[in-house]
Amino acid sequence: MVKLDFNIGDLNFKNPVLTASGTFGYGSEFDDFLDVSRLGGIIVKGTTLEPREGNAYPRMAETPSGMLNSVGLQNKGIDYFERNIYPKLSQYKTNVIVNINGSSIDDYVALAERINDLDHIPAIELNISCPNVKMGGMVFGTNPASTREVTKAVRAVCLKKLIVKLSPNVTNIVEFANIVQEEGADAISLINTLLGIAVDIHKMKPSLSTVTGGLSGPAIKPVALRMVWQVARAVKIPVIGIGGIMNAEDAIEFLLAGASAIQVGTASFIDPQTSVKILEGIESYLVNKGFNDIEDIIGFINKPC
Amino acid sequence: MAKRIESLQIIENKHLNNDFFIIELKGNGQIPEMKPGQFVQVKVDGSPGTFLRRPFSIHDVNYDRNTYKLLVQIVGKGTETLSKLKKGDSLNTIYPLGNSFSLPGKGQRPLLVGGGCGIAPLLFLGKYLKKNGYDPDILLGFRSRDRIIEYNEYIELGEVFLTTEDGSRGEKGLVTEHPLLSSSRYDMIYCCGPDPMMKAVAKFSIEHKINCEVSLENLMGCGIGACLCCIVETVKGNLCTCTDGPVFNTNDLKW
Ligand SMILES: Cc1cc2nc3c(=O)[nH]c(=O)nc-3n(C[C@H](O)[C@H](O)[C@H](O)COP(=O)(O)OP(=O)(O)OC[C@H]3O[C@@H](n4cnc5c(N)ncnc54)[C@H](O)[C@@H]3O)c2cc1C
Ligand SMILES: Cc1cc2nc3c(=O)[nH]c(=O)nc-3n(C[C@H](O)[C@H](O)[C@H](O)COP(=O)(O)O)c2cc1C
Ligand code: FES
Repeated sequence: MVKLDFNIGDLNFKNPVLTASGTFGYGSEFDDFLDVSRLGGIIVKGTTLEPREGNAYPRMAETPSGMLNSVGLQNKGIDYFERNIYPKLSQYKTNVIVNINGSSIDDYVALAERINDLDHIPAIELNISCPNVKMGGMVFGTNPASTREVTKAVRAVCLKKLIVKLSPNVTNIVEFANIVQEEGADAISLINTLLGIAVDIHKMKPSLSTVTGGLSGPAIKPVALRMVWQVARAVKIPVIGIGGIMNAEDAIEFLLAGASAIQVGTASFIDPQTSVKILEGIESYLVNKGFNDIEDIIGFINKPC
Repeated sequence: MAKRIESLQIIENKHLNNDFFIIELKGNGQIPEMKPGQFVQVKVDGSPGTFLRRPFSIHDVNYDRNTYKLLVQIVGKGTETLSKLKKGDSLNTIYPLGNSFSLPGKGQRPLLVGGGCGIAPLLFLGKYLKKNGYDPDILLGFRSRDRIIEYNEYIELGEVFLTTEDGSRGEKGLVTEHPLLSSSRYDMIYCCGPDPMMKAVAKFSIEHKINCEVSLENLMGCGIGACLCCIVETVKGNLCTCTDGPVFNTNDLKW
């Protein structure tokens, strides 16, 4: 048996394959295709205090080896989540993590406090990197001072493990990683989507109602990998790699570059079974390479030979 | 019915004209029960230009042959690639997805209205109505005579009426201009086609207080309710075309 588990502080994940927020619904959308409980964890849809309708249609555009989205955090709010979604989520035998979003620091704090009361949610992912909302989101994650402020404020109340999700839309990602580590984050996940646009040349209009959207998919993988590599070398806390991971090979690249775990995003749209296939692929890679602990390959490319 | 992901074998790819073709897919095991209005997410080839799956309505199902068909119009890269697939090739599909058309009330008269690739789900629907004891009439709109696709199978289901925008066949004009529509013979209209057609038929139905269901073709990221990209504004808030639809009652849509 290969050892696949990893820890964020004292929170154990049975394997390093998680699913990315906004791409895996609440897990149940995938029940027909895989056993969600096999995964290391799932990060559910971006959640806000109040219900949100999100942005107007069209909210997506396909782009070469990727897609732009401007969903804008459509969700039914934390009350609905707690009453109607949380009970179902509690049945999964895996770490269920809530991705929290706000327009103000008070929103983030209030949400973190609400989640403190939910026994089956062992961690939150602080999303300060959503490019698709006017207030909040990326506004926090692209400014060092507000990144510090929001992380500090949430840390002060959060009794769960705190994962901070970074935006790639910055010049120096390491600066942001250091800030969230200093303010007490237990782990860092990256990257969220890259800001982009697409134009419909037939209609001679932007493809998205919001003009700008977030780019995801294989198109962003090299950028994501570079940022994960930079951050993993700079911080001591675990790094969770995200961005264009389509298969086990992609996932292993992230692990070798320094990620302790990965999240599968857009790939789940194309093959809903991607996450379990990646899990199986990582396991056989380790076996074939003669490793019996995944720990041995994390950041391998940085090790002196 | 549980959704499944399967690579299915193409047993026929029949070209109807320059724009349209029908792919017939054979189930691996027994194909599941499918309902008219439901759709399939097809993986084209995973190339950079056709990265996401493409949604297509279930055009026809044959449980005896254990096959189902897709009627596809070539509009871009993905559909172009699909048009070139041959018998024996395989196609990865996720199906059956979405909700379905509802049956009319007892003794009510249904009318099916379709245009372009929007006629795809209407064959399956027509057969379903027929099986349940209804006699649908069918109104199909095309741009011109050479765009008309084979509709023999529809004739077996009910009377077929045609319109072409240039008048080269059938009534000249749009489906909404056909006298049939205003004959007020119908209690239930089912419509699928380009957005302007569906909107016009919806408007007509609402004005004449006729129950009307449309099948929407919103852009889709996933087809399974995970991405929230396919939303449509309804009186109940934003709903997903892929899970709450693709079939909607026009009374619910904010058109
Ligand atoms: C539920 C549902 C059922 C559908 N059923 C059928 C069907 O039975 N037969 C059929 O031929 N088509 C159907 N469509 C539309 C079909 O999915 C698109 O035509 C197809 O995805 C285009 O792929 P492409 O790569 O060829 O085009 P692309 O190269 O992606 O795009 C070419 C052009 O087509 C437009 N387009 C792309 N996707 C859509 C879409 N979803 N709706 C409208 N226009 C689009 C683009 O804006 C662009 O102008 C359905 C769509 C939905 C959502
Ligand atoms: C449709 C869609 C919705 C998303 N919603 C969220 C969200 O609510 N919160 C969040 O932190 N990230 C969200 N993301 C970003 C993903 O979690 C992920 O960081 C990004 O897509 C990059 O990974 P990928 O290339 O594997 O998709 C969303 C992405 C997509 C495509
Ligand atoms: S297409 Fe993803 S939710 Fe409908």
